Amino acid sequence: MTAPPSPDDGLSPAELAAKYGLSVSGARPGLFEYVRQLWGRRHFILAFSQAKLTAQYSQAKLGQLWQVATPLLNALVYFLIFGLILKADRGMEREVYIPFLVTGVFVFTFTQSSVMAGVRAISGNLGLVRALHFPRASLPISFSLQQLQQLLFSMIVLFVVAVGFGSYPKLSWLLILPVLALQFLFNTGLALIMARLGSKTPDLAQLMPFVMRTWMYASGVMFSIPVMLKEHPAWIADILQWNPAAIYMDLMRFALIDGYGWENLPPKAWLVAAGWAVLVAAGGFVYFWKAEERYGRG
Amino acid sequence: MADDKLDKTDRTDRTDRTDRNADKGHIPTVIADELHIVYRVNGAKTGKGSATSALSRILRRGEERGVRKVHAVRGVSFTAYRGEAIGLIGSNGSGKSTLLRAIAGLLPAEKGKVYTDGQPSLLGVNAALMNDLTGERNVILGGLAMGMSREQIRARYQEIVDFSGINEKGDFITLPMRTYSSGMAARLRFSIAAAKDHDVLMIDEALATGDRKFQKRSEARIRELRKEAGTVFLVSHNNKSIRDTCDRVLWLERGELRMDGPTDEVIKEYEKFTGK
Repeated sequence: MTAPPSPDDGLSPAELAAKYGLSVSGARPGLFEYVRQLWGRRHFILAFSQAKLTAQYSQAKLGQLWQVATPLLNALVYFLIFGLILKADRGMEREVYIPFLVTGVFVFTFTQSSVMAGVRAISGNLGLVRALHFPRASLPISFSLQQLQQLLFSMIVLFVVAVGFGSYPKLSWLLILPVLALQFLFNTGLALIMARLGSKTPDLAQLMPFVMRTWMYASGVMFSIPVMLKEHPAWIADILQWNPAAIYMDLMRFALIDGYGWENLPPKAWLVAAGWAVLVAAGGFVYFWKAEERYGRG
Repeated sequence: MADDKLDKTDRTDRTDRTDRNADKGHIPTVIADELHIVYRVNGAKTGKGSATSALSRILRRGEERGVRKVHAVRGVSFTAYRGEAIGLIGSNGSGKSTLLRAIAGLLPAEKGKVYTDGQPSLLGVNAALMNDLTGERNVILGGLAMGMSREQIRARYQEIVDFSGINEKGDFITLPMRTYSSGMAARLRFSIAAAKDHDVLMIDEALATGDRKFQKRSEARIRELRKEAGTVFLVSHNNKSIRDTCDRVLWLERGELRMDGPTDEVIKEYEKFTGK
């Protein structure tokens, strides 16, 4: 009790921390600092997405062959139900309708699985969030990157289907790249939004399949929106076609399929596609970052 | 009565130590200020997303819905200084691991604050590793998850594999981790986690993995890490390993800091409390 007084005596913890330059643990970094940290983790993000992708089928006998077999079977099921049984083609030629349907299914699945993975990106990885330090946005970004790689496998099937139905490789196929890039941006933004919502309300993981399915049927995955609505004013079809799920699908079909020309696209299609991508990616990123310090509370 | 007495010793200890540290001109590295941590627990964990299972879950969930709060850490304050090795003791569920996570900034505080020097890190990468991947890929993934660069991992790779001793019984590192025995997996996890240098290092009962030989090796590695790190926190139920490594001990009970002082005194009181 009689020890000599210390210069730190009587300082409150906050003052002591300030004196020695200690910072609050787990505080949220500024937006630019956050982007910088995230860039520093790019190798982790990529490695994590690839690891998830590989781990998915590592117990199956056919192994990584399922990466291609799964989308192929998916396409077959949809063809069976909508092409042969329900005849949803509505007068579209078979050469156009089959690749039209398969493109729709794959492109929509990309968005759908990014959203589903996003919902669980934080809530399903609490162990990781509570054990290691990294910008939390790494997780949703990594998951949508995994879905992008999954889609690239599906594209192999898609190319085979397209060629099989008479759409041969041509210059417009190059447009696939910007479409994929824009859709990836959009999906990542959406995954970030869903990740924050899902971290607070994990129940979304139970609700989302229904929401996504509704979205799918409203976006013209297995039928052409303008043909379906040709008795109604054109602006109704335009609005439906401008919805982000439909717009990327239509642009992909336009790039890939012979006989699916400009006339099937809504006006200003590329502008709308780019707008959605930038808006949702930037908005989603900021929205996710705003709660950075709160992830992991469970 | 007993509590009163405890409180008094506690206070004296704290004053003694603060003065001692001031004498040596010690620099604080971690300051916890009236820290409270509250967990919110939902009825069930998130499940798979197919529509049918989601539907059945919603139907089943009805009776157990609602959020429960668990107040895991209640108003803990302490200051840790550079060069200290601090043990955390307390019975199961007393909030030790939670406190560590809060110091690391991994669990947000409900009330109060933790100030730290640099980024404290928890020793452990278990959550980042995937059982379906080979040991080799897990070394890389774990290293990246801890924030090492690809070059650093490449430079340390052989060291990590050799340290784990996974390859002593054949080429196991190229097999998926799910094929490992639990001891082998634990050794690899520790080896990956211990490959990085840290400012403030926190170890959560990591010492008790593997066989006797590996335990010796990991204790030596912990001592090495201690030398490099500014401050070390160690959670353990093994009073001997606390005595061997720590010079100060925090005793948590029901989320409250019951005692804070030199290792021998606190452990003596703790052993009295647990009836040893």
